[in-house]
Amino acid sequence: MMKKQSLTKTMNPGVHFLINYAVPIIFTILIAFAIPLSGLSGEYFIRELMIRLSRDSFLILALLIPVMAGMGMNFGIVLGAMAGEIGLIFITDWRIIGLSGMLLAMLISTPIAILLGYFAGIVLNRAKGREMVTGFMLAFFMNGIYQLVVLYGMGNIIPISDSSILLPRGYGIRNAISLLGIRQVLDKLIPLEIGGILIPVASLLVIATLCVFIIWFRKTKLGQVIRTVGQDNDIARTLGIDVGRTRILSIVISTVLACYGQIIFLQNIGTMNTYNSHEQVGVFAIAALLVGGASVSKATIPNVFVGVILFHTMFVVSPRAGKELIGQAQLGEYFRIFVSYGVIAFSLALYAWRKRIEKENERKKAMAFKRGILVK
Amino acid sequence: MKEKIQNIIENFGLPRIIIFLFLVLLFILTPFVGVRFDTSINDVIVRFGMNGILVLSLVPMVKSGCGLNFGLQLGIIAGLLGAVISIEMETIGFAGFFTAVGIAIFFAVVFGFLYGLLLNKTKGDEMVVATYVGFSSVSFMCIMWLMLPFKSPNMIWAYGGSGLRTTINTKGYWFHILTDFFQINIGSHIVFPTGTILFFALLTFLVWAFFRTKMGTAMTAVGSNTDYAKSCGVNVNKMRIISVVLSTVIAAIGIIVFEESFGFIQLYMAPLYMAFPAIAALLLGGASVGKASIKNVIIGAFLFQGILSMTPSVINNIIKSDMSEAIRIIVSNGMIVYALTRIMRVR
Repeated sequence: MMKKQSLTKTMNPGVHFLINYAVPIIFTILIAFAIPLSGLSGEYFIRELMIRLSRDSFLILALLIPVMAGMGMNFGIVLGAMAGEIGLIFITDWRIIGLSGMLLAMLISTPIAILLGYFAGIVLNRAKGREMVTGFMLAFFMNGIYQLVVLYGMGNIIPISDSSILLPRGYGIRNAISLLGIRQVLDKLIPLEIGGILIPVASLLVIATLCVFIIWFRKTKLGQVIRTVGQDNDIARTLGIDVGRTRILSIVISTVLACYGQIIFLQNIGTMNTYNSHEQVGVFAIAALLVGGASVSKATIPNVFVGVILFHTMFVVSPRAGKELIGQAQLGEYFRIFVSYGVIAFSLALYAWRKRIEKENERKKAMAFKRGILVK
Repeated sequence: MKEKIQNIIENFGLPRIIIFLFLVLLFILTPFVGVRFDTSINDVIVRFGMNGILVLSLVPMVKSGCGLNFGLQLGIIAGLLGAVISIEMETIGFAGFFTAVGIAIFFAVVFGFLYGLLLNKTKGDEMVVATYVGFSSVSFMCIMWLMLPFKSPNMIWAYGGSGLRTTINTKGYWFHILTDFFQINIGSHIVFPTGTILFFALLTFLVWAFFRTKMGTAMTAVGSNTDYAKSCGVNVNKMRIISVVLSTVIAAIGIIVFEESFGFIQLYMAPLYMAFPAIAALLLGGASVGKASIKNVIIGAFLFQGILSMTPSVINNIIKSDMSEAIRIIVSNGMIVYALTRIMRVR
């Protein structure tokens, strides 16, 4: 309510809409130019988009609950992705294939994800107001620990029996692991093909289930508590809510979901870059969500899907468009990296700027109120 | 006694003590694992000279309350622009070096001013905004390095390609121009880079002196107590912009000194994560999100570069595998996470 009042005071509704949805609008315009330039066929395009929709949505959905708790974009989902990858390393080592392998990977990585999420929650509680930058640095820090465990610990302290996934020196996991055993097991579980385009029914069902879960979760008592904490920490505290614990819980849920999301992502790809697959997870998921019209304080399920479609259309199109335009695919490659980072920078700056205006307006109002009392 | 120790740990911070002890341990171990002590010392000094100015560049922004400059890459880009333009102009030796610095300062002032305006609009969230401003400007410059019409055959791809190379050699232009200036050989293994250290000392002195002028004091006041500064008639926003411009300019000079010593200009994605080691070094030296001094810069750069250059040689000799990369990641990012979780005064 505060937000609406303070903004409408200074701007008319049209400008308000433009600013609120600046990112999706700019994106739509960019894509409208880039699609004809790329010269890609409609069929290829839809196939690519279908793959990406089923591959990435789960990871992006994992971001929603921390936003609800007022903790902003959870850059720490990288931690969940790492947990998922550790599960995948183990099932590859034990040669458990098919859907059971994938489920086992999820089972193994769940406790790791809970542990990492709990740790992240504690750290973020100590950095209130700076959650995003802290989560971001935490992901980098954990990447070091992950390297230490996987590159030096595995095959050394942690037993790995399959020497083919180890480095030639006898310990440490290879840079790339083939996940052929579980490749697209979920995507192809319920085979359906429409006009030559494979529809990954089971993956989409899983995503739909998660959406239903999130909608349901919002209405549960815990969901309400998380939303109260997100709106105002002090009010939540006076209502007797343990704010710290609630925030930790929301990060744990997000981390576990991200862990499953990464497993779903990698079963589609079919190979895992042991040391790089998780690195960009946070950036891409967050950029996609923001492209979908979400902000740091508000993110909905429609934002997720609009975001996936817009953001990944850009991903599919930009290298080709770059090649056609300048004759260099590399240019398109850089362009999409720039767009991912740029979108995040733009959205964060816009959000911070707006927050500041609101704060100032509130202060002015409080001052005016005080003065009124004094006059009386 | 126990209380005293606890007090020291509290004041100094546990991670800092651990890292310091780790470094001492590394130095003690050097003779036993067959690494020469004097070459190790030499490595640390050379790296200190290379990176010191980048660490120093963070100080003005911390002092004015803008937080740690996660957008250091903007300054680095200005420096890179200065460096490649000076090579394009075929300027050699000291003239080349100072041409590069001059052009870099020009770009840094422009970038810093715009960056400062943005940070003023996003007060309270400077650090996360800065991080992504840094990242997006590096990736934007990737496109520019490909497209800008540079002609010098020493910088563009040799056959068929267009755009600048990923690494450009500074040999023949201003390679080691500072490092070799009055270089002193101590024994057979220590080569003291007098010029680089002197240049670092000069800049450090200038920054130190600046914070003793009227404007510098006002800037510090803005950082430590904004309301007080405001009531004293200090223009808070202007001070913050000046501090950001200063930080960006020093960073631009810093990267040119780095390249001068290193021998290569690294373009494209190379600067992407360059802010983190500099920030980690400053924090390691005892700075926090809201407080930093010249002392922190010198101690921090020395400790951090010590860790970076000692870990590979010593650890590799002990366990015969290169764990230095993982340790570097953990130390530098762990230090930053630690500093961010410290309770800071409310702005």
